[in-house]
Amino acid sequence: MSLEQFKNRQTGTQNYILLDLEHAPKTSMEQFKRVIKRGVSLELFVGLGVTFKAMVKALFAKEMHTTKYPFEKLPISPRYRAIHDMLRLLESGNYRCIGCGLCEKICISNCISMDTRYDENQRKEVSEYTINFGRCIFCGYCAEVCPELAIVHGGRYETASEQRASYSLFEDMLTPIDKLSLQQEYDGFGAISPNADENIKKTPLAY
Amino acid sequence: METTTMIGQLPEVTYAGVIIKAIIILAVISAVAGFGTYVERKVLAFMQRRLGPMHVGPFGLLQIAADGIKLFTKEDIVPQHANRFIFMVAPVITAATAFIALAGVPVFPDFVIPQEVPLLGGIFVPSIASDVNVGILIVIGMMAAGLYGPLLAGMAQANKWGIIGAARTAIQFLSYEVVTGLSILAPIMIVGSLSFVEFNNYQGEHEVWLVFYQPVAFVLFLIAGFAETNRTPFDLLEHEAEIISGYATEYSGMRWGMFFIGEYANMITISVIASMVFLGGYNDLWIFPAALMIVLKIAFFFFLMLWVRASWPHIRPDQLMWLCWKVLMPIGVINMLITGIAVMLVLE
Repeated sequence: MSLEQFKNRQTGTQNYILLDLEHAPKTSMEQFKRVIKRGVSLELFVGLGVTFKAMVKALFAKEMHTTKYPFEKLPISPRYRAIHDMLRLLESGNYRCIGCGLCEKICISNCISMDTRYDENQRKEVSEYTINFGRCIFCGYCAEVCPELAIVHGGRYETASEQRASYSLFEDMLTPIDKLSLQQEYDGFGAISPNADENIKKTPLAY
Repeated sequence: METTTMIGQLPEVTYAGVIIKAIIILAVISAVAGFGTYVERKVLAFMQRRLGPMHVGPFGLLQIAADGIKLFTKEDIVPQHANRFIFMVAPVITAATAFIALAGVPVFPDFVIPQEVPLLGGIFVPSIASDVNVGILIVIGMMAAGLYGPLLAGMAQANKWGIIGAARTAIQFLSYEVVTGLSILAPIMIVGSLSFVEFNNYQGEHEVWLVFYQPVAFVLFLIAGFAETNRTPFDLLEHEAEIISGYATEYSGMRWGMFFIGEYANMITISVIASMVFLGGYNDLWIFPAALMIVLKIAFFFFLMLWVRASWPHIRPDQLMWLCWKVLMPIGVINMLITGIAVMLVLE
């Protein structure tokens, strides 16, 4: 897509249909004529045809619009900010978090709390990591500030649970080790959708 | 109760046959009315590209059972300032008149229960529960008496929406009775009888559907039928956006359910009358047997009601009155006059 296309301000199809609004009938003869015209032109059957076509298409041409929600889910944008994911390193399978504490520091609702210690190799490891989702406002600062792309926002938007702690432990958010190959890389905060090009539309305004 | 079947002559109609027929009508029409709610939800869903009921049973077929259980077990509430007796009786009027109307309508062809069936073997079951010679008058009169259901319900429930619904019931049903009567008068003049069986036989002998003689009357009857069964372009009695649920606002549970059984039974009655009077009744057509033909015709009219509901917006009460008194009634009178003159000329 070149820049020239965007410089053309005469966008849109420009095929506007002007509504043919007739005058309200003034005399009773005009009123009578309008009744006859509307009654005889069989416009009502156009409406019947539309719904019948919609039914045939829905039944036989797979144009059913229903998503069986708990069983099927619509894909959501990668920029959607839902429950956080903790990512792993692809090679070693170790978690990416280096325990720097930036996310805890930047969190404006103070909902991230973490604790770190040195392990036997004198490497820093995360011993405690919880997010209080009762407080989290899903602003995305933690994912933005993370230098290792370790904490990102995932797509789990169904946050009903019996207890508040259900999503918030480090292990719950961490990519399961057996699903490491399925881990989606995150382009960073503010990443565009994979299908962004298809979604681009010119502003249909002619200045 | 002796039943003798003579060859070449219709067997005698016995009490047992009539009772069996009544039970068949009651059972079948109740079941079909219940099934009608399922069909309505499915058809409307498909026309809006939805799936409709899906999860109770295969394709949601047991949704009717779920609805039934819900209706039967729901609390039966009578509001505080309502007239208790009339409030409780009103739904029964709707349901009862709807089923009484079906007594004068031929629903299935005649048949004799086979001799192998114990106790009931050999009993002749007539096509019509009571073949009175004024069948059409009874059916239309009974459907008109159904007016008292919504009317009394709306007035007894001490609710403003109910009152408005009752008022709309009165004007709508009473006005469209005129159109129904005038439109069906023309075919009656042609056939010369008020019995549905005569209508059926006439169309069978002449091998023509009366809709070709009386297209105007057919359209008028259909419009009036939609108004009398309270279907969508004329669903002003309980139009949700304006008057909550009209006469049914305060009803819950099975009393509310009875209104709907009555309404669906009325839809079937109108479908049956339209098929019997205008579309050839239960006569064979080409290779299709009579029983299949009548079921297909009734199903078509039922589907038409759902189809129209999915397609058309409803009209205002003043437009309803305008349509009835200034358009349909004059057309009905003119149609009747022309038919009368034509019948007179042909007969002489």
